[in-house]
Amino acid sequence: MDTREYIESGILELYVYGLLDDDQNVEISQMAKNHQEVHDEIVSIEKAIVDLSTGFCPYLSAETFEKIRSRLALKYEKAERKSSSNWGAYMGWAAALLFLLGIGYLYTELDDSNIQLANSESDKIKLQESVVKLEIENKQTESVLAVIRDDKNIMVPLGGQAVAPQASAKVYWNRETQAVYVDAAGLPDPPEGMVYQVWALKLNPLTPTSIGLLENFTADAHRMFPADATSDAEAFGITLEPVGGSASPRMEQLYTLGKV
Amino acid sequence: MTQDDLLVMISNKDKKAFTVIYDMYSKSLFTVILNLVRDREEAEDVLQEVFVKIWKNIETYNDQKGRFYTWILNIARNSSIDKLRSKGFNNNKKNLSADSFVHLLDDGSRMTNRIDTIGIRDFVKKLKPKCIQIIELLFFKGYTQQEASDELEIPLGTVKTQNRTCIKDLRNYLQL
Repeated sequence: MDTREYIESGILELYVYGLLDDDQNVEISQMAKNHQEVHDEIVSIEKAIVDLSTGFCPYLSAETFEKIRSRLALKYEKAERKSSSNWGAYMGWAAALLFLLGIGYLYTELDDSNIQLANSESDKIKLQESVVKLEIENKQTESVLAVIRDDKNIMVPLGGQAVAPQASAKVYWNRETQAVYVDAAGLPDPPEGMVYQVWALKLNPLTPTSIGLLENFTADAHRMFPADATSDAEAFGITLEPVGGSASPRMEQLYTLGKV
Repeated sequence: MTQDDLLVMISNKDKKAFTVIYDMYSKSLFTVILNLVRDREEAEDVLQEVFVKIWKNIETYNDQKGRFYTWILNIARNSSIDKLRSKGFNNNKKNLSADSFVHLLDDGSRMTNRIDTIGIRDFVKKLKPKCIQIIELLFFKGYTQQEASDELEIPLGTVKTQNRTCIKDLRNYLQL
């Protein structure tokens, strides 16, 4: 049968209508592939019948389309969840767990680092403090040494008195500059609210003149304190006085005394 | 858009393919469904089912066994008949409405929204009553040639040629 006869037989219309059996369908599909005119005829028949039926269609709301789409989206999502869910879900949870663990780990790492950083900061500050402290101590030591080594200084030893027989002190006095230093290493730390006061004494008659307080007694490890200059002292004494010092010494609280 | 273009989209799992199919064929299928079911709401339900079936089974379509349109047309007819059965109709095609598809035009309220793109009313006036009957039975209702021959009381051998003549008239009118 040639294609013209085939086309005119009307079987292609039935093919488009879906009224043929499988064998006929396969045969015509094959013919349509091999013969362009058969294919074109089929397409024209289909177009005619689609146009005809479309022309009779009453109004179809866009809502219908949206309903179908939502039904499909819903079913597809559900189906996909069912088929691949366990893998996906487990992977998802595992990933989430790993992620959380990771965050936790990083957080503790960060915390550790922060602590370490804070520790190093405080270590650094402590080091700086000790360096400064050492520098101060060094300077103090240097000035103590300078005082002791200065040939122009005379050293006046002060002996323990009635209230503190074990106490002792030394006064370094520069006759030229009249500068006075007190080495109070032999004195016990003063009790709370009390302070040592240094006196330059004239002996005849006994006239005490205050030349300073040994304030911040424990601050200097060497217990070496500068005092006010004096030109004509015959002796030096140290008494324990209330904080702020006294106008005249309380002789019953005389810790040390020494004649020049 | 040709069938081949459409099949490429489908095989590429292009999500636009669904919209294309719907735009191209939903009205045609709805007319087929409504002509069988004869109830607008139920026809819309069936149309939804049909498109859900089409999309879910799209990978089973085999172009060696027929046109894509033919495949979805069969789904539409079968779903409509399932709907009728569920309502108590038996499978006897004689129980289907005696009115042909042209009666779908009778409902004036629905017509107001119709865009009469092919001048369908003019065409119906010109179309031979015999053609309306034969297209109604073969295309819209899916009768076999034998069933159509019995129904129309015409020789079995002339069913497909008479149908072809009618489709030729249609194509002439549509200039296809």
